[in-house]
Amino acid sequence: MIRGEQIPEGLGRFALLGIALLYLFGLVGLPLVVVLVQAFADGIGAYLHALSDPIALSAIRLTLLTAAITVPLNLAFGVAAAWAIAKFEFRGKNALITLIDLPFAVSPVIAGMSYVLLFGSRGWFGPWLRAHDIHVIFAVPGIVLATTFVTFPFVARELIPLMQTQGNEEEETALSLGASGWQTFRLVTLPNIRWGLLYGVLLCNARAMGEFGAVSVVSGHIRGLTNTLPLHIEILDSEYNLVGAFACASILALLALVTLAAKSLLELRHPELRSGIARHA
Amino acid sequence: MNEIALELPALPGPQRAAPRYRAREFRVLPGFGLTMGCTLLYVSLIVLIPLSAVFLLSARLGPAQFWHVVSASRVLSALRLSFGAALLAALVNAVFGFVIAWALTRARFPGRRLVDAMIDLPFALPTAVAGIALAALYAPTGWIGRWLSPLGIKVAYTPLGIVVALAFVSLPFIVRTVQPVLADLDREIEGAAQSLGASKLQTFLWVVLPSIWPTLLTGVALGFSRAVGEYGSVIFIAGNIPRVSEIAPLLIMIKLQQFDYAQATAIAVVMLLASFALMSGINGLQLWAQRRQRRR
Repeated sequence: MIRGEQIPEGLGRFALLGIALLYLFGLVGLPLVVVLVQAFADGIGAYLHALSDPIALSAIRLTLLTAAITVPLNLAFGVAAAWAIAKFEFRGKNALITLIDLPFAVSPVIAGMSYVLLFGSRGWFGPWLRAHDIHVIFAVPGIVLATTFVTFPFVARELIPLMQTQGNEEEETALSLGASGWQTFRLVTLPNIRWGLLYGVLLCNARAMGEFGAVSVVSGHIRGLTNTLPLHIEILDSEYNLVGAFACASILALLALVTLAAKSLLELRHPELRSGIARHA
Repeated sequence: MNEIALELPALPGPQRAAPRYRAREFRVLPGFGLTMGCTLLYVSLIVLIPLSAVFLLSARLGPAQFWHVVSASRVLSALRLSFGAALLAALVNAVFGFVIAWALTRARFPGRRLVDAMIDLPFALPTAVAGIALAALYAPTGWIGRWLSPLGIKVAYTPLGIVVALAFVSLPFIVRTVQPVLADLDREIEGAAQSLGASKLQTFLWVVLPSIWPTLLTGVALGFSRAVGEYGSVIFIAGNIPRVSEIAPLLIMIKLQQFDYAQATAIAVVMLLASFALMSGINGLQLWAQRRQRRR
């Protein structure tokens, strides 16, 4: 590079391209390969045996349940927030957007901790919850809350810029032609934002199923009860059950691959969706 | 002449002000109250109240005690490690992330779309999966570790392993921030520089870098901010030895498990304040980068 003008046109380019690809494959590609190789290290029988373990199955069930609650919740909120923020002018809009972004900037461990401070046995509402026999921390509600916190900005963050660029004219026309507010949203807004919505839901779901730090704080790691799939991986790893750990990891890796494939397909058809990705990559 | 002189000054004022007034005074679209109410309620319940609990609880400590907790040697070394490793990882990615963004926007090669999709893998791959995979790769017997250990380089279960994990999680932030700006860069200016006799390095240093570096800095700050709080991928590869390879989020976790809420919140407050400062810094950087881009 230093004597760039003396190196033939292609060579410096070629070297740079090589460095880029080598770094990317070494840092990002190899981990994916090693997961799949290790999962099948003892053959497909051991792999299937590890996955049919009842504790692993209950971890998968809990992970699916958590995503099934948090994703719709954040979807509904994301649409509401995007409607308020993109369609109207009001004071403090930037502050509200910053608040919505906040979970991306906060360590997941701190997110989980904040719920322990509220609902833990020594937390603010701890005595009251105990008196009413409600379990939040070290139980499923805590896992759902912590996951909701970390996945909270995805849909809203995707929809706000999309709806802002689309403007209000189509909705105003629909209203002036006599459509009700709900009809306007369902028949005009929703078709316009559906791909952005799907994009946000994809990212939200991937994070919800894979969250580790926040859930780890509130879960209590009770086997078969409060262990999500990522937490189960940690337990298997600490027991040196590598095939089990990597078998569970391979499921989550597959989820990541499916998410990426769907995301790339959406970006191919709708390039405008890409604009938001850098913010919460 | 007279007509133009009369009309011109009148134009800018009302034209700029009108749409804002209209939107604020009469809201044509329905549902503002409902959606805004839901949003505020949800934000308060999920984010605002839990996070204020952290600040309120740490306030119970009092300044002297707070300082006592935060300046304990184990806490200080955990904070130093978290911030130092995240910074190092972000800086390494500033170089390689830039080269990758360059390759994706400027070079044509087979499989480019696949490589482009791979950039987001650290973002889609759950941190626990990344953690065990990196630990397996860099362990002394692992695919990469076995080549490094004869050279005396230990990665897994050392602070270097933490840097590797944080480089993994922060890479997409830098590439994805730089990539669109690099793609939009006017290549004619680079061509002009080279036709005027500038070498490739000179073109890069004096033409490309000045227009890209606010964006690069934004990407590095985003990656750093993500890496500082990272927990899942790190704890599998770090070895977690107190004062050596114990990151701040792990120390918070340990204090919580000991029911030492006061100390846990004190460490959390330091990290939260740093995150907030970073966030406003990033917002400022983004504004600056956008303004520079618009000017060209």
